[in-house]
Amino acid sequence: MRLLFSLMLLAVPILGVWTFLKADEWHTWFPQNVSSFGGEIDGLFNLILYMVAFTFVVTEVCLAWFVFKYSAKRSDKGAFTHGSHKLEMIWTAIPAVALLFIAFSQMETWAKIKFQKNFPKDGAYSVEHPIAEVWASQFDWRFRYPGDDGVLGTVDDLETSFEFVVPVDTDVVFKLRSRDVIHSFFVPEFRLKQDALPGHTIPVWFRATKTGVYDLVCAELCGWGHYKMAGSVRVVSAEEFKTRMAALKAEWFSNGKEEGQ
Amino acid sequence: MNPVATPAAPHVHAPHVQPGEGEPGTVREHHDHHELGFLRKYVFSVDHKVIGLQFLFSGLVFLVLGGLMAMAIRYQLAWPWQPMPGLAWMFPATGGAITPEFYTMLFTMHGTIMIFFVMIPLLTGAFGNFLIPLMIGAPDMAFPKLNMLGYWTMIPAFFFILLGFFVEGGHAAGGWTSYPPLSTIESAAPGSLSGQTCWLMGLTWVGVSSMMGAVNYVTTIVKMRAPGLTMMRLPLSIWGLMITSLLQLFALPVLTAASIMQLLDRVLNTGFFTPTNLLVNNVTPDSFAYGAEAAAAGGQPLLWQHLFWFYSHPAVYILVLPAMGFTSDILAVHARKPIFGYKPMVYSMSAIAGLGFIVWGHHMFTSGMNPALGMTFMVSTVMIALPSAIKVFNWLGTLWGGRIHLRTPMLFACAFVSMFIIGGLSGIWMAATPVDIYIHDTYIVVAHFHYVVFAGSLFAIFAAIYHWFPKMFGRLMNETMGKIHFVGSFIFTNTTFYMMHQLGVAGLMRRTADPYAYDVYQQLQPINEFITLSAFCMFAWQIFFVANFFHSMFWGKRVGRNPWNAASLEWDAPSPPGHGNFDRELKVYRGPYEFSSPEVAEDYIPQTRAL
Repeated sequence: MRLLFSLMLLAVPILGVWTFLKADEWHTWFPQNVSSFGGEIDGLFNLILYMVAFTFVVTEVCLAWFVFKYSAKRSDKGAFTHGSHKLEMIWTAIPAVALLFIAFSQMETWAKIKFQKNFPKDGAYSVEHPIAEVWASQFDWRFRYPGDDGVLGTVDDLETSFEFVVPVDTDVVFKLRSRDVIHSFFVPEFRLKQDALPGHTIPVWFRATKTGVYDLVCAELCGWGHYKMAGSVRVVSAEEFKTRMAALKAEWFSNGKEEGQ
Repeated sequence: MNPVATPAAPHVHAPHVQPGEGEPGTVREHHDHHELGFLRKYVFSVDHKVIGLQFLFSGLVFLVLGGLMAMAIRYQLAWPWQPMPGLAWMFPATGGAITPEFYTMLFTMHGTIMIFFVMIPLLTGAFGNFLIPLMIGAPDMAFPKLNMLGYWTMIPAFFFILLGFFVEGGHAAGGWTSYPPLSTIESAAPGSLSGQTCWLMGLTWVGVSSMMGAVNYVTTIVKMRAPGLTMMRLPLSIWGLMITSLLQLFALPVLTAASIMQLLDRVLNTGFFTPTNLLVNNVTPDSFAYGAEAAAAGGQPLLWQHLFWFYSHPAVYILVLPAMGFTSDILAVHARKPIFGYKPMVYSMSAIAGLGFIVWGHHMFTSGMNPALGMTFMVSTVMIALPSAIKVFNWLGTLWGGRIHLRTPMLFACAFVSMFIIGGLSGIWMAATPVDIYIHDTYIVVAHFHYVVFAGSLFAIFAAIYHWFPKMFGRLMNETMGKIHFVGSFIFTNTTFYMMHQLGVAGLMRRTADPYAYDVYQQLQPINEFITLSAFCMFAWQIFFVANFFHSMFWGKRVGRNPWNAASLEWDAPSPPGHGNFDRELKVYRGPYEFSSPEVAEDYIPQTRAL
């Protein structure tokens, strides 16, 4: 019986590591990364993964081994010890250093993504001149572009729903707002998530590195239709972006007669 | 008649200060209880053991309810919108299929019930009540009537939390976190009609009950220890419960205040958490719910999140610290070894509690909170892994060199250590702010807290039930059945929760009724199906526990005072202890973990033995 129980404990690290090794094959790993900072986030995730995996395997194997070894029948008493000051110091100091290392290694990336002073300033879009205002509401996404004058809240604003069109390889800044409850703007392929908070306007930036259409997921419970609040981000070339904006403008200001209705 | 209850009998605590002990009326009152009928003995009881069992049984009943909800959630995630076989009678409108609004209610109430009606009442209510006086050598709690009131204030909590299922629109559906404005505005969700009000009322009553319990536990531990039982001779279970009670004392008022504020927002339109100019479902909430004359707003949804997590993050430690204590005791007893590093264990529990108050913001990294705050919360959160790591190393040190008896409580305690390692380590990712941008609100989080609270704390509760069952009922639970229960629970728990880590890495977010509405999650359906089947097996497997529990209660093997040869004080009392607990005078000479000492022939020295 002791063998069975020890093997069960030992199976935890073995199968645990195995499912991670199989993750690519089972498609249970990160989706592709198409943002400029996504690679850094994946790298930091992996850094923690290696340190955690090491600790996980060592402690779990020790646990299984101790349970096996010391559950054997023995005639003498167990070891009589109340602890070891030296060991306590060692296993306090080493994890402390490792944990501080983890904490400090995260700061640069966090500051780069979230701190407003680090937001893109020199490109076409900035906090003052965002590419669009993204409105979340139950259960849809609206994207309001400023139009030709580059200013939001004027008569030439253009609006689309569910599909957010952005140019590739460009620092894009947008303003995130909510009309009703809390939502969250989550694009797994960008490694980007930001809650939309009613009553607040939150600037967000990203830089997509590959053209394509990516799922825009609402990641904060927003009501019964939360599961279907699916949008998408269409990353297109700079030229196509211009064309699409022009088409959107034509559609938005059409009186319905040009198409012969 | 119990000799302890008579004033003439040698009282265990004669030299000790006890509220009201000098008054003959108090003692006679104890005396009277024994001659009262069934109702006063088992229902309106002031005996801490009976109250503990009341918490235990109601907790287990709610565990079944919360578990059934989990099964329905898992069914939906594996086979979305398919009718549940055999349940058409419950959902005539859909033929047994789960509707989206029902799904949101299911996970809301699963979380709420499991945390506030199962884990907290089981850990602090059941075991706190049962163990504290016994393990410190006291005849009862410091305030027995307050203790009884603590259980009886749970009754309105039960009433409101069950009532919510039957009101129009169904029960609360804003998540167990109840973020406004979703939870405060009636047009935002069906569950926000009256269900949310029931939810808030239920929670407030639970809070009042926990508060009474916490006051009682701290007072009892500080004032009523047996002579010679210094704080540093307390079993770690008692330390865990003591620190938990302190957490509750400081954190609970904040949650209670916050839920009253949300209640006022809902019924009086105070607008603490509701910003101006919302348009919810094409309705301006101001005029819809409350009448246009009371259109106040200008509130702050983030305020709720701060207040809620200021309690609910320490609550996570409330859910795990007593479990750590039980595990420490059970490991030492069944490994026949003193706990390795007693003082570091106490200090690390205190450090977890202290740091626990300054980490709440890690739930809000993506909420729109100032990102500079995120940085400080990250450092405090990462550092809270340190005392947890120290505890794990000390548990391993306790096992090292022991003479381990692999009985059921020991198996569950070892499993607690194994599972807590997983749950503790996965927390580091969530603490790391940039990584959390991606994994926040994904299934990694779900895996993480189920490893801590389900595979961790619930396993520790199982261990504690198997371990202290002889003290509760004077009978052992069946070992073979216990081992079968352990093997299945351990395997199916891991097959259920482990793969959720990978689902989270793949980006699957929680609380979604149909993940496959998105292209990016299409390939995850087979894994969800596997998890669901595992969860069903795990739920069904608990029949071995239920059968064993009730069978052993009446027909289990009778045992004496100390079936495990343990050293702490509760094993000095008869099994089960009568009213007043101890029938002989106690004096404590040593700590509770003197196992395998070379000083004596036996392999343990009870705390009460003088050498």
